Amino acid sequence: MKLTKVSKRNLITYGIVIAFYIIIQILNLTGNLSSHMEGLLVPMTYYSIVAVALNLTVGILGELSLGHAGFMCIGAFSASLFSVATKETMNGGLRFFLALVIGTVMAAIFGFLIGIPVLRLKGDYLAIVTLAFGEIIKNILAAVYLGYDEAGLHISFKSFVLQGEGKMLINGAMGIQGTPSDSSFTIAIVILLISLFIVQNLVNSRDGRAIMSIRDNRIASESVGINVVKYKMLAFVISAAIAGTAGVLFSHNTSTLTATSTYFGYNVSIMILVYVVLGGIGNIRGSVIAASILYILPEMLRGLSNYRMLIYSIVLIVIMLINWAPKAIEVREKYVTLLKRRFAK
Amino acid sequence: MNFLTYLINGISLGSIYAIIALGYTMVYGIAKMLNFAHGDVIMIGGYLIYTASSTYGFNPLVSILISVVGCTILGMLTEKVAYKPLRNAASNLAVLITAIGVSYFLQNIALLIFGANPKSFSSVVTWEGLSLAGGELKIQGVTIVTILTSVVILIALQLFINKTKSGQAMLAVSEDKGAATLMGINVNKTISLTFAIGSGLAAIAGALLCSAYPTLTPYTGAMPGIKAFVAAVLGGIGSIPGAMIGGLLLGVVEILSKRYISTQLADAIVFAILIIILLVKPTGLLGKNIQEKV
Repeated sequence: MKLTKVSKRNLITYGIVIAFYIIIQILNLTGNLSSHMEGLLVPMTYYSIVAVALNLTVGILGELSLGHAGFMCIGAFSASLFSVATKETMNGGLRFFLALVIGTVMAAIFGFLIGIPVLRLKGDYLAIVTLAFGEIIKNILAAVYLGYDEAGLHISFKSFVLQGEGKMLINGAMGIQGTPSDSSFTIAIVILLISLFIVQNLVNSRDGRAIMSIRDNRIASESVGINVVKYKMLAFVISAAIAGTAGVLFSHNTSTLTATSTYFGYNVSIMILVYVVLGGIGNIRGSVIAASILYILPEMLRGLSNYRMLIYSIVLIVIMLINWAPKAIEVREKYVTLLKRRFAK
Repeated sequence: MNFLTYLINGISLGSIYAIIALGYTMVYGIAKMLNFAHGDVIMIGGYLIYTASSTYGFNPLVSILISVVGCTILGMLTEKVAYKPLRNAASNLAVLITAIGVSYFLQNIALLIFGANPKSFSSVVTWEGLSLAGGELKIQGVTIVTILTSVVILIALQLFINKTKSGQAMLAVSEDKGAATLMGINVNKTISLTFAIGSGLAAIAGALLCSAYPTLTPYTGAMPGIKAFVAAVLGGIGSIPGAMIGGLLLGVVEILSKRYISTQLADAIVFAILIIILLVKPTGLLGKNIQEKV
């Protein structure tokens, strides 16, 4: 069987992820993995998944979204709600599978609903509106109370007392308590592979080419008969859905789920955007690598305490300047050609 | 009377947003970049005043002056070091990410120097304020000073842009950089001046913000920065009166919804208003609608 260049490239991406997984497992079995590092594996993987999702919006569709933490939040809350409600009645595996499906579908629905108004806007207007939607989702979920008792289901923005037998599901700013910890590194890696499979195949399909043509020139693609609204929506909804799945992994990794800025604020969306841009806009494999390295980096620098984020910020600025400044690119190319000439001799 | 008090407080908060939004909108209009570090300049301005007045015992006006000068230099410096090299980069996202880097940098510098504990900021306005309608309607001195300052700034800025050569140069650069260069305008200098003015305004906003809400942490500037950006977009980005209207609207809505609807949902309501307005008028209240040509 002869592989095309594209499918070879895709296979390499899966290979890197699987190799990384195997290395971690070996380290774990031989006892070389500290418990601190072990705790970072699942977060690292779900941030990689969101980075892949965001790259679909930013790199492939070419629209800047600053609200992906909101979709994570939707996925996390809807799935946690389901898991907490069915904790006693359903067995672990099936429950988590259903939770993943529910989180993904809910995020997709919200992606569709938010996409209707948002995708009409352009450029930075679109960015600020996605940021606004993300913040609204976070604020509402941090203020809502949901519980059931003998009188039925109650939902309110003010705290209330349950009558008789019942349970508080969402407790305002306290969020959802007692989500079963179903997430594991293996499941997270499997979901990362599935997301990569979906996005990479989308990019190399007829639909993907249509989406990229909209990015490159909307008017030209419209004039050759591409349904701009449909394809923009397709990319945005898939991106939101994958971010929702990552949210499910997030909420089933900690027992307490709260809609705070630390986890779901706009700064999280920005952090993920940083992963995407440093990994390469439109480069799916780059997103995974950048997200993994940049998530681990500040944790590795923990010994430097207060200096670590300072160093991180300087590294970020310097990398951007070296990578993107036209002058730096010019200098780099000059040296590359010089080196090439020398080796050619 | 109660409602009137809240309304006035809202206008005061709105004036602060408006001053920040003016800086945002000018920088956006000219450099076409979302300056995510703008909010953090406010925070740095606040710390400069805090240090000048609490540690060195300068009087409030001198401290504000120090802060304005400090922030102006900071603004020009960041533009020169971090944004200028990326001006002709292949993607707009490059400079956006650098701005995020600068924002992290400023927050963490402040964290290193001043620590994470909130500093209690003593108001730069010592005037007690007015007591109207037989003591039923009390307006704080800070509130009045804030509103007056923003009006003065708006008028001064309008005059500067419409009547002076540098102001006209700014308009020209924001319209068309290439054509402005051909007309003999020094684009680099103009952009640098814009950053200087924007950052100076941020310092004033910092003084007023910290006087009205006297806790200062390294993250003080982040949320007002984002809200001011929302205000700038709401009013039509690039438009100076638009930024003013957007800021005032946002401040009033925020204070009133905090009082009459819900404290936690106030931010959600503010953002919802942005979405509704952009749906009706995609370029903001006073934004120009530019048709795309093929």
